[in-house]
Amino acid sequence: MRNAFAKDLVDLARIDKSIFLITGDLGFSVLEPFATEFPDRFLNIGIAEQNMTGVAAGLAKEGYTVFTYSIGNFPTLRCMEQIRYDVCYHNLNVKIIAVGAGYAYGPLGVSHHTTEDLGMLRTIPNLTVASPSDPFEVSAITKMFVETNGPCYMRLNKTGESKLHGSVPDLSGNEPLKLCAGTEKLVLGTGAIVQEAIKVAKEKGWELWSFPIVSPMGKKWITDDLLRFKEIISIEEHQLNSGFGSAVLEVINDVYFSRKLTKYPNIRRVGIPNIFLGFSGSQEYLRNKAQLSLLL
Amino acid sequence: MKSVEFAQMIRIKCLELSHRKKTSHLGGSFSIADVLAVLYSYVLKYDSQHTQLEIRDRLFYSKGHACMALYAALEGVGFYSDLEEKFTLDGEYFTSHINHNVPGVELSTGSLGHALSVAVGVSLASKKKNQVWRTFTIVSDGELDEGSNWEAILLAPHLKLDNMVLIVDYNKIQSFGMTNEVLNLEPLNSKFVAFNWNVFEVDGHDHFKLKNCFDNILLNGKPTVIIAHTVKGKGVSFMEHKLEWHYKSPSTEQFDQALKELKS
Repeated sequence: MRNAFAKDLVDLARIDKSIFLITGDLGFSVLEPFATEFPDRFLNIGIAEQNMTGVAAGLAKEGYTVFTYSIGNFPTLRCMEQIRYDVCYHNLNVKIIAVGAGYAYGPLGVSHHTTEDLGMLRTIPNLTVASPSDPFEVSAITKMFVETNGPCYMRLNKTGESKLHGSVPDLSGNEPLKLCAGTEKLVLGTGAIVQEAIKVAKEKGWELWSFPIVSPMGKKWITDDLLRFKEIISIEEHQLNSGFGSAVLEVINDVYFSRKLTKYPNIRRVGIPNIFLGFSGSQEYLRNKAQLSLLL
Repeated sequence: MKSVEFAQMIRIKCLELSHRKKTSHLGGSFSIADVLAVLYSYVLKYDSQHTQLEIRDRLFYSKGHACMALYAALEGVGFYSDLEEKFTLDGEYFTSHINHNVPGVELSTGSLGHALSVAVGVSLASKKKNQVWRTFTIVSDGELDEGSNWEAILLAPHLKLDNMVLIVDYNKIQSFGMTNEVLNLEPLNSKFVAFNWNVFEVDGHDHFKLKNCFDNILLNGKPTVIIAHTVKGKGVSFMEHKLEWHYKSPSTEQFDQALKELKS
């Protein structure tokens, strides 16, 4: 995913001269092509994420489309107030990119587990929150970020993800994208965990939709057609509190309350049960420990 | 100097606002009034009729709690004329921490330690675009406790942002004590020297000396800091050097006494 992002950003920056990239001293073997081709629009600002976000706000105030880049919690939780106040309140054109979503950096420890970002960031007004499941979604989101005037956030897994879509999908309306058709159960997923969910869904004959945009979430997908499934399961590599599944419940509830859904569907949420996993482990191992499985 | 009269006008307006609207932060508004008066009288390029003028200098007011002084200064130079009517009124943008929806205000602040990083980004943009306009950032002394400021203070000289001026309103009193007792900033001058800044240290109430500092800013690849030694509550005898005027608003008797002193 991060390579798709880095390549797309170079392509976009060739056309759009306002694109500026700031890294908090990360991006070795990823960001060099951008840095080499656009040295005047690249800045390694050092290991100082509060400053990175404030400087990005300043550059954006003067017309730049500024991407900030770092690992997981550093360009996000570390500088939440700069994101909330400097970037989002002033509605500035800053795009925050975090690598290492969920347990992508599993063995590195809790400092590098990005498991609260969606919940914390999706509460902030003006901010678009994106969580792609494959490199094609990354490309669609990166392009959308450049075309959208305003603050955006994207969590990237790492590398080596399969392509789940046949081509770069259309993200209009922030609606979910159907990855496989099926019956009985409908799986709603976001992020790289969808790569695992699709295997189970295909095996079981269940339907699966991916949500590249978590916030603001589209609502057109919520119709009585959902009632043909006995169960809806949300899955995310994120704490259950306030995450993707919570967002799904919120919008379904809102639509149900407005009488556009005649019956409340059965919904089960799969996510990290609000715990830290302090031991070492691969992404797969930690996902299992957190019981991130569609199967009961 | 005409700016001296302007500074007193700013203080009187702050006094009236604080008294009538029962708002805080009069002490820090009085300490920075002279700096603002000098900036808007002699230093800043601005056009009160064209707030987004590309070639304007950008003022970042990081000590957003002392908003009354900046609101009053902006009204004084013609950005608007309805401050008293709208200040802290329900539904109006004149919040009691400075608000960017008010004409002439570049950035909303109120949470300390934010504006300097934004100013670095704006100064960098000016350099990248080969512009001559500059940024001026005003921080409080207590605000320098915030680590984010020091990230920006480290970066600005690294980027050779000599189009950037920082003014420290060094009134020696922060929210709950003296700065040298809460968290000592000294030696502040040599800290900035060590961080590769040009440093001026000046009486922040002496308009001639302040103007002299602004007139002599070097374009030598380094940003400039003006450490303005000020007095919290400056101009009113019973408010000077008093922590309580970070919070209190004057009673009618105090208002009358203060007004008399400011007009004398």
